Amino acid sequence: MNPFIDTAVAAASRRGFLGLAAGGLALAATTPGPARAEVRTNARILILGAGAGGAAIANRLAERLDGARITVVDGKTEHWYQPGLTLVAAGLRPAGYTRSANSDWLPGGITWVQEHAAEVDPDAQVVRTTGGQRLEYDYLIVSTGLVLDWDAVEGFDLDRIGPETGTGAHYAGPDHAARTWAAMDAFTDRGGHALFSRPATEMKCAGAPLKYCFLTDDYLRRKGTREASRITYAAHNNALFSVPIVNAKLDLLMRRQAVDVVHGHVLRSVDMDRKVATFATGETTTDIGYDFFNVIPPQRAPQAIRASGLSWADRWTDQGWIEVDMQTLRHARYPNVFGIGDINGVPKGKTAASVKWHLPVVEDHLVSELAGREGTATFNGYTSCPMITRVGRAMLIEFDYQDNLVPSFPGVVAPLEELWISWLMKEVALKATYNAMLRGRA
Amino acid sequence: MEEFSLSTFLAVFEEMFGTWLFWAMVGVAALITLAYAFVLIRDHGMGMRRFLLAQLSMPVGAVAAVAFVLWVTRSRVVDIGGPIDWIVLLGVAVLGAGGFSILVYVAQSLIRGGRDSDAT
Repeated sequence: MNPFIDTAVAAASRRGFLGLAAGGLALAATTPGPARAEVRTNARILILGAGAGGAAIANRLAERLDGARITVVDGKTEHWYQPGLTLVAAGLRPAGYTRSANSDWLPGGITWVQEHAAEVDPDAQVVRTTGGQRLEYDYLIVSTGLVLDWDAVEGFDLDRIGPETGTGAHYAGPDHAARTWAAMDAFTDRGGHALFSRPATEMKCAGAPLKYCFLTDDYLRRKGTREASRITYAAHNNALFSVPIVNAKLDLLMRRQAVDVVHGHVLRSVDMDRKVATFATGETTTDIGYDFFNVIPPQRAPQAIRASGLSWADRWTDQGWIEVDMQTLRHARYPNVFGIGDINGVPKGKTAASVKWHLPVVEDHLVSELAGREGTATFNGYTSCPMITRVGRAMLIEFDYQDNLVPSFPGVVAPLEELWISWLMKEVALKATYNAMLRGRA
Repeated sequence: MEEFSLSTFLAVFEEMFGTWLFWAMVGVAALITLAYAFVLIRDHGMGMRRFLLAQLSMPVGAVAAVAFVLWVTRSRVVDIGGPIDWIVLLGVAVLGAGGFSILVYVAQSLIRGGRDSDAT
């Protein structure tokens, strides 16, 4: 519960004004909730993963399908609101802000197998779990999310992040985000050299490394230590962001904030004692010393998925994203398999905002098929990133497969303008919209 | 912009405040509105002295609403960046002013009871 909302009613009602302003705008961009029409079926539907995609599609299908046997497979009992990790790592929210129980979000009337998928056989239509259960399915929805490959960063030890090593890892989870904040807070008190980078693989929320760089810059300025500090952003290729017009704007912002940007740097190892990061730079390597470094590792599909034959054979071969049609999110070789969220091998969209737009598409194609019709919904690559540029301001960046900007509020909320309203959406309205999505209501 | 539905809108607000608090807030707002209607009907018009005090309280409500919103969102006035920011902030001020003035009017009417000598 938010600490602000259980005080006086008068105070709460004022927050209501805020909600009207922010939530109203954010809501106008939401996708429609599930239609009410029910379809009778006895299909066995297996959902791998109870994260944002898995929990939300379970709710939607439970609402739409009468008689379906829906099973969710996930060994995790905790749900993390991952868009909040940046706020935790910036000291703006406690770790608990991002935590809830998976059981809070899954609907009644379904089966939750509290184990992980160990083996997926799409030919035999069977999933085996880590506990040895054999689960047969008629339809499979892969919403496992991705795994953070910490081992790929040589010398890095997740247990040692914090102020002592000046090393953070805010992607790792709520507690690690909180320790990253402790490290960033201590660093910005005294200043020094801050280093940021991103992996060369596809990654969830490609804006987060940049946001965190801007937030650190902001704290240095607020604490009066920016003059005595240097910030380096090490990009993995020759751009900061894959969307050219956004990249151009970010270039300008980096210049304005006096952040040194270096390109073609892919993190290989970290020496947490000496505080030195080693990057592959073409044929050679380059060492960069730091006082604060937020490590973001390469990201891949879980091993069970990579070994299942569902991955692309000729694309992202070191990462293993599944081969779904980029419009329908239906598997290219196994038509009874769909993908939702980070696991999808599509050119854009490893964000919770994309999940929100994956959901109605998968729901439409699956429910339509069960009803004897053809689904029509398509995913256009929609990805959204509230790019925080300092505490109190953000740019609401939304784009599609073609790198078009697709603002939800054209002419009202300018996508490349640093606005308070965009910050407000991230800070106040986003989690509420996310939670409504999990329940299948947004 | 995609389709917009009232149920989605309500769902997000329930998530934002919690179902009970959200509907309690709606209830309180409705009660104050009803109380306002009640005193208007009971007094057959507005008490101008009470109305004057209510009007004088408007800037207080406006400033309080803006200050509260900035505090809740960890923002400062310097974060206001574009026209939409000013519009939203002015909207917050107007709502704060209007809401607080109604509250002040209703409170006076209920505490003092009856009509002002200058009621119209």
